[in-house]
Amino acid sequence: MSDIAVRAENLSKLYRIGHRERYYTLRDAIARAFVAPFGWLINGRKPISDAAFPPSASVSQSGIPNPPPEFIWALKDVSFEIKHGEVLGIIGRNGAGKSTLLKILSRITEPTEGEAKIYGRVGSLLEVGTGFHPELQGRENIYLSGAILGMKQQEIRRKFDEIVTFAELERFIDMPVKHYSSGMYMRLAFSVAAHLEPEILLVDEVLAVGDAAFQKKCLGKMGDVAKEGRTVLFVSHNLEAIQRLCGRCLWLDHGCVSLDDKVDVVAASYFARVHRDVKSKYRISQPPARRPKEKACLVEAEILNSGEKPCEHLKFGEPFTIRMLWQHFAEIDGVAYAIRVHDTRERFLFAVNTLSTDLRIGSKGLHEVLCKFSDNVLVPGEYDVSIGCYIRPHTSIHVVDLCVRLIVLNVPHRTDNGFNIVGDPLIAIQASWIQKQ
Amino acid sequence: MGVHESKLDLDPIVVRPSSGWVPLNLSAVWEYRELLYFLVWRDLKVRYKQTLLGVVWVVIQPAFFTLAFSIFFGRLAGIPSDGIPYPLFAFCGLIPWQLFAHGLVNAGNSLVLNERLITKVYFPRLVIPLSAILSGLVDFVFGFVVLLGLIAYYGVVPTNSLWTFPAFIAMAMAAAVGVGLWLAALNVEYRDVRYTMPFITQLWFFLTPIAYPSSLVPEKWRTLYDLNPMVGAVEGFRWALLAKNEAPGSQLVVSLVIMLALLVSGLYYFRRMEKNFADVI
Repeated sequence: MSDIAVRAENLSKLYRIGHRERYYTLRDAIARAFVAPFGWLINGRKPISDAAFPPSASVSQSGIPNPPPEFIWALKDVSFEIKHGEVLGIIGRNGAGKSTLLKILSRITEPTEGEAKIYGRVGSLLEVGTGFHPELQGRENIYLSGAILGMKQQEIRRKFDEIVTFAELERFIDMPVKHYSSGMYMRLAFSVAAHLEPEILLVDEVLAVGDAAFQKKCLGKMGDVAKEGRTVLFVSHNLEAIQRLCGRCLWLDHGCVSLDDKVDVVAASYFARVHRDVKSKYRISQPPARRPKEKACLVEAEILNSGEKPCEHLKFGEPFTIRMLWQHFAEIDGVAYAIRVHDTRERFLFAVNTLSTDLRIGSKGLHEVLCKFSDNVLVPGEYDVSIGCYIRPHTSIHVVDLCVRLIVLNVPHRTDNGFNIVGDPLIAIQASWIQKQ
Repeated sequence: MGVHESKLDLDPIVVRPSSGWVPLNLSAVWEYRELLYFLVWRDLKVRYKQTLLGVVWVVIQPAFFTLAFSIFFGRLAGIPSDGIPYPLFAFCGLIPWQLFAHGLVNAGNSLVLNERLITKVYFPRLVIPLSAILSGLVDFVFGFVVLLGLIAYYGVVPTNSLWTFPAFIAMAMAAAVGVGLWLAALNVEYRDVRYTMPFITQLWFFLTPIAYPSSLVPEKWRTLYDLNPMVGAVEGFRWALLAKNEAPGSQLVVSLVIMLALLVSGLYYFRRMEKNFADVI
């Protein structure tokens, strides 16, 4: 037996973003209908085959055929090998093809070109809580979710107590999960997944949710998995987690392998690159497809200064507002917007969301929402703002990581009392000083 | 999420693009029979949660249809019923029909309703529509018990033909699988299917001898009429339990052939479209 666990050769995946109707004229459509009267039955609207390439597909100077604008290579010629027992991290920005790669390796979708060979039992974890049913009890969901994960009933029965203990839910196990808090829900879901025992584990950014303590516990569990000698492929855009878990890292950029090296090497250049690209204003680069996959989409986001004007940077201590414009393609029940702020060393500073507000943002259409920060505790420096849209408890609809950059200058907003800094603190809080007589 | 196994360590799972028609690979479905079982179990558990009458609903619907048919068709219109008391005649036709019609609709909607599973976990997709149809079998059992009660009430004595009834149920289910797979796969791509399903089942209902006997259909139309596989299934089921109408003969052969054609074409079409499900749904 060779020591290779996964070998991927030139994996490519072509997606289409528009509609065929836009591309072919009516005359073409009628002509085609005569040639192949039932073609629509077989080809559907989204064929990803050579036949789908219209004749006008151009060839770029490098000789690689450029797909026409309706198509996009989510993954292009990705090749790599993973040895048994190796932990490979995959990093890249939103839309770089990370999730597509995992979906292909876990056989959820087929590659358009290329081939992968996988030697061993594969378990994949693309989402926590897949297959959970809110009406069912925790106990029932463990069995259901376990079966969906590919565990045998016997195996689930054997590990049942362990799963419940890890999730710390002994008292609530006979309660329908719709009455769980989102934290409890996540714990149970992850706990089931964590007890999977495949030889090769494919993990998507499931750690992006849940509270810090639980994230830590999950990372710990993942570390155990890696130490047991299992092969792990871990996708994330959290550099810190990748550095902690992986020895080697693959950096995907626009569907291609940008770098494949030791984790520290990749982390350093990824870090430098990502932080060069962020701007103070975000605007969607192309209008979403007419039948988009996601129910909502962030159209615009920007930072406004204390005068409510768009700005490149803020003064130290200056109140600010984050303005965002969302487009909802359907009515979304229980929707919430969230903002997360990290510093440039990827440390998570704070998050706010609309959950306990009385905003009415469930309806279809455009929603312009302002998030005001009347106290700016950020010390001079640069910060990354990520903006997302969720349905309770944890289903993300649309998330734009590192959406806008927030720059705080070393120039005070107010020169009056109590707002200055000495040294290198993490935050700066305004205080008033009173002297007792 | 999912765990799948290669037969031997030396025999890797190969991921590569497929093209055109693909083998049915029904053994993969068999490997995932536990998942099939759990999905059926989930459907049953969830279906009657927070309902007052629970499983009684399974019987209420055919019972009221039977009542309405008995009044309007049996009494007022005087439609014959092969010498069987009309309510028994109608109920006996409705039970296998419901198995078919509900199976068809549930299977047709099943993929779209399980979108999250399809985009996040690997398993043979056939498991989903199959589970939707199998969960209808439990409803059938309840309806069947009530039917047996009705048979006893009307004092009908079953003959040896009784033991053939599972064959006709299998026919109804196979037809539901065949049509259901076509609809399920089409529904992923064209959501129009959802709106056509009530219409299909209603129309199909009138083309099936439920409220009237097939002996009412003029002889010259019979061959055409028998192309509907549910004609054989419903008449056969009625014959098996009540043994009052004519034993199904040549019509059964036609029904069987059509049913098999639906089943096989449905399976192949589904398998062909399967690879795009996660991208298109």
